[in-house]
Amino acid sequence: MLEIKNLHARIVDDGTEIIRGLNLTVKAGEVAAIMGPNGSGKSTLSYILAGREDYEVTEGDILYNGQSILEMDPAERATSGIFLAFQYPMEIPGVATMEFLKVAMNEQRKARGEEPLKIPEFLKRVKDAAASLNMDMAMLKRPLNVGFSGGEKKRAEILQMKLLEPKLCVLDETDSGLDIDALKIVSDGVNALRAPDRAFLVITHYQRLLEHIVPDSVHVLYKGQVIKSGDKSLALDLEANGYAGVIGEAA
Amino acid sequence: MNMHTQPQRTPAETALIDAFGDRLSLLPGDGAVMLKRDDAIEAIKHGLPTRRIESWHYTDLRRLLNVVPDFDPAAAAKAIAPIVDGSTVLTLLNGVSSAKAPVVEGVSVQRLFEKLTDGSIAPGLDPYGSDDAIGALNTAFVADGYFVDIADGVELEKPIELQNLQAGGQTHVRLPVRVGAGAKAVIVERQAGEGAALTSSVCQLVLGEGAEVTWLIVQEQPETATHLAQFKAHIGKNAKLTLFVMNAGGRLVRQEIMVKTTGEGADFKLRGINLLAGDTHTDVTMVLDHAVPHTASTEVIRNVVTGKARGVFQGRINVHQYAQKTNAKMACNTLLLSDDGEFSTKPELEIFADDVVCGHGATVTEIDHDHLFYLMARGVDEKSARGLLVKAFVAEVIEELDDEAIVEALEARLDDWFVTHG
Repeated sequence: MLEIKNLHARIVDDGTEIIRGLNLTVKAGEVAAIMGPNGSGKSTLSYILAGREDYEVTEGDILYNGQSILEMDPAERATSGIFLAFQYPMEIPGVATMEFLKVAMNEQRKARGEEPLKIPEFLKRVKDAAASLNMDMAMLKRPLNVGFSGGEKKRAEILQMKLLEPKLCVLDETDSGLDIDALKIVSDGVNALRAPDRAFLVITHYQRLLEHIVPDSVHVLYKGQVIKSGDKSLALDLEANGYAGVIGEAA
Repeated sequence: MNMHTQPQRTPAETALIDAFGDRLSLLPGDGAVMLKRDDAIEAIKHGLPTRRIESWHYTDLRRLLNVVPDFDPAAAAKAIAPIVDGSTVLTLLNGVSSAKAPVVEGVSVQRLFEKLTDGSIAPGLDPYGSDDAIGALNTAFVADGYFVDIADGVELEKPIELQNLQAGGQTHVRLPVRVGAGAKAVIVERQAGEGAALTSSVCQLVLGEGAEVTWLIVQEQPETATHLAQFKAHIGKNAKLTLFVMNAGGRLVRQEIMVKTTGEGADFKLRGINLLAGDTHTDVTMVLDHAVPHTASTEVIRNVVTGKARGVFQGRINVHQYAQKTNAKMACNTLLLSDDGEFSTKPELEIFADDVVCGHGATVTEIDHDHLFYLMARGVDEKSARGLLVKAFVAEVIEELDDEAIVEALEARLDDWFVTHG
């Protein structure tokens, strides 16, 4: 589903190279965990997948279902099924959350040649999704993410993911800022979406999240490269011994 | 060369002076009113204000007012649907009031030409000062309007909508409104029409003790019209006035706002949105006098500038010497969406009291790229995402009004503007 080949990318503003020859393959139905120390390029990778303009790909390619996505803007990537759950979701004053959800869902339907949702059907979907994440509908009457706590923002991201039904879900440190109860709710939400035709890229610092969202593969990112890949036992090994050993091996 | 010659009159000045001569016999008024008209046209004969006059620095009326249409007795404007269903509608169609004004209990409505004819409103016709060109223009030519009196204690369930609609030519109207003690009302002032009209419109509002009024100015003139307007208010003891101004049209627009707190506990809120497009010029100029102790005000103006549009906000707050414990805050935020557009902001605080809290701030920004990325990352295409963010920037001010019917009505006007200009 996702094939990243020898990817090199830098920050547009100052030219700093962050991703330096990254290779990664994720199959449909797979949950791949990306781990790595601070500054290894994890968040940058998620932004590049979503199409943020602050980064420039200088070499290599990203293939999604066999097609390069490098020339697609963020909206085109999203309507083709790529979803990024942000580490720090933006607060957007003045944009009502419900209105935003309706626009986003209908824009994606439009791009797929489907009719816009009727209001009752839309409301039903939002209510069901909110209930499954233990979210209060009153929260959704507020402007998008404004005044939401860290945990509420993360839930709102998963809510959007549920409603938009993407095929490739990129979760950027979705566990940060969550207490243990919220972590369980969010993880259950993600697990409920696991399907043979859907893949997940779960970016995290800690093994903790991977106890709830059990990965099929684990990849260690360091200095913009995948330096080691393995199964879920690799995450346990990292938790026990830290990154130093793996980095030493690779060097 | 003679150093003392008056500068040559502009075609617009000449047209106004000639029109006055032509119209004089048709203008209503007793001796007192006609004297005020003569004084007013004298002021215009001295020349329209230029950028050398401080209050007109960013709107050089002499240069910008380059077309003055003739009066057009054949122009026929049609009433429009009110922005809130069920409102009591008072129409001024090409400057003429209706003989069949609707009746609302506790509200007395008189056609203004009657009050001009009997001279009873003569004292209110004096311009604000020597640089009050709009006041002078209106006093010279005003022919009609409505005088509205809301009795003490009356709480209106439905808004009153004053529709001032043009179909070309010139119209000059005046709307004195008195709201009695403890009365509550929502008043909508619609300014719209078609064609290249020249309009002057002066509202004079007096709020009695404890009265509460929300006044909405919805200006949607065509991009060929010249709209010169004044809103003057006195806010009595413990009275509350929320004034909402929406400018979404007009070729040359100046909306002046002159407000005075006259009783302790008076509260004034100004909220404004200027949606500027095309090759147009829009100026909102406020002069607020905190004239007594313990009064409060907040002003928030949001501007969206596209195309070659130019906008101005001048906000002057005078805190008089005895007006201790004044609390005043003013903000003007602009979203500049084009390289050719411009917006000038001039906040001024003149404070003679020593125990007050006053502040002001102004910002000019572009669309936030992080916000744009977030919306696009959810599949919203760039054009729609930009539209959502621009609308959000101004909708924030509308939502503050906290009255569902009004918020919905104004958002519908906003959507209309975005459909045409988005």
